[in-house]
Amino acid sequence: MIVALATLLLCQLAGEIMARGLSLPLPGPVLGAALLFALLMIRQRFAHRLPREINDGSLDTAAKFLLANLSLLFVPAGVGVVQNLAVFRLHGVALAAALIVSTVLALLVTAFVFLAASRAMGDAGADEGAPKP
Amino acid sequence: MSEPFFALWVYLSSTPLLWLSVTLIAYAVADRVSLATGRNPLANPVLHSVWIIAAILALSGTGYKTYFEGAQFVHFMLGPATVALAVPLYENRRAVVRALGPMVIALIAGSLTALASAVLIARWLGAPDAVVASIAPKSVTAGVAMGISEQAGGDAALTAVLVILTGIFCAIIVTPLMNLLGLRDWRARGLAAGLAGHGIATARAFQVNEVAGTFAAIALGLNAFLTALIVPLFSGFMK
Repeated sequence: MIVALATLLLCQLAGEIMARGLSLPLPGPVLGAALLFALLMIRQRFAHRLPREINDGSLDTAAKFLLANLSLLFVPAGVGVVQNLAVFRLHGVALAAALIVSTVLALLVTAFVFLAASRAMGDAGADEGAPKP
Repeated sequence: MSEPFFALWVYLSSTPLLWLSVTLIAYAVADRVSLATGRNPLANPVLHSVWIIAAILALSGTGYKTYFEGAQFVHFMLGPATVALAVPLYENRRAVVRALGPMVIALIAGSLTALASAVLIARWLGAPDAVVASIAPKSVTAGVAMGISEQAGGDAALTAVLVILTGIFCAIIVTPLMNLLGLRDWRARGLAAGLAGHGIATARAFQVNEVAGTFAAIALGLNAFLTALIVPLFSGFMK
């Protein structure tokens, strides 16, 4: 567990260093995810040099535990929103309308363009959808 | 309140322990309710734990700064959790590679839609430039959105509020909307959720289906990247 957590933190740290060092328009944790992905791709080849927890499922279990509780992690920021609702005194209607309509449009366009493009590119899985997890 | 009890309250309410506990317990309760309703979108655990905690803070006269001293430990885990997204991405990599072409096209279309529609509607309803710039990156993950907003002349604090509200709204609306349209492809549903509603909708997607969650995570990452590239081009046009 400790090695697994440390691995996640190390990837994030390396991601932050890359993001700042190269002034990339991506947050450090997203680059950190790319680094962890690379590590997962090579972990079996270097199994004898890596800590056991990288390959024995501990890392995967720790990651899945965090993701299963991802909603919790947004709660502190959400509480901050309630305290700042006063920003809506001005332009509240314009902001609410833009937020609601734009979110629905973005959902529709993304989903339907994906389906149309998969069909055009001959993906039999489109519609049936679910590649089994 | 009696004196010793009051002294205990004064002590506890200023330690991180109390507010960390309140955060975890409120979420545990909200998550139980969400599970008991079969993950009904209206029982969204983020939405309900947020108002419960906000009510406790208001009733006890506690400021956000004091609250955050406890809640920061939870907030901090967002970074490692983002890194952890690599694990389901790795497990589903074959499905992802197979859908790569349609995925990139859909993400570009969705990203432009999220950005342009928010800007045009806010502008049409008479919002001033700074407010329009603040809502432009509303579908992007908070950290990046705040940077984008400031760069375009917006207000980062307003953007943070809009981003969180967008995420909660998207997490609530995505399942009924997709069901209404008869859209059953988990990849399409996940992509749409992650693009329009960043991490909060991605969290929802992971609760519903792992493939949806994986595609939501990809959309979340790519949308942050695309919007960061598009807004500087856009802000010229916005003026």
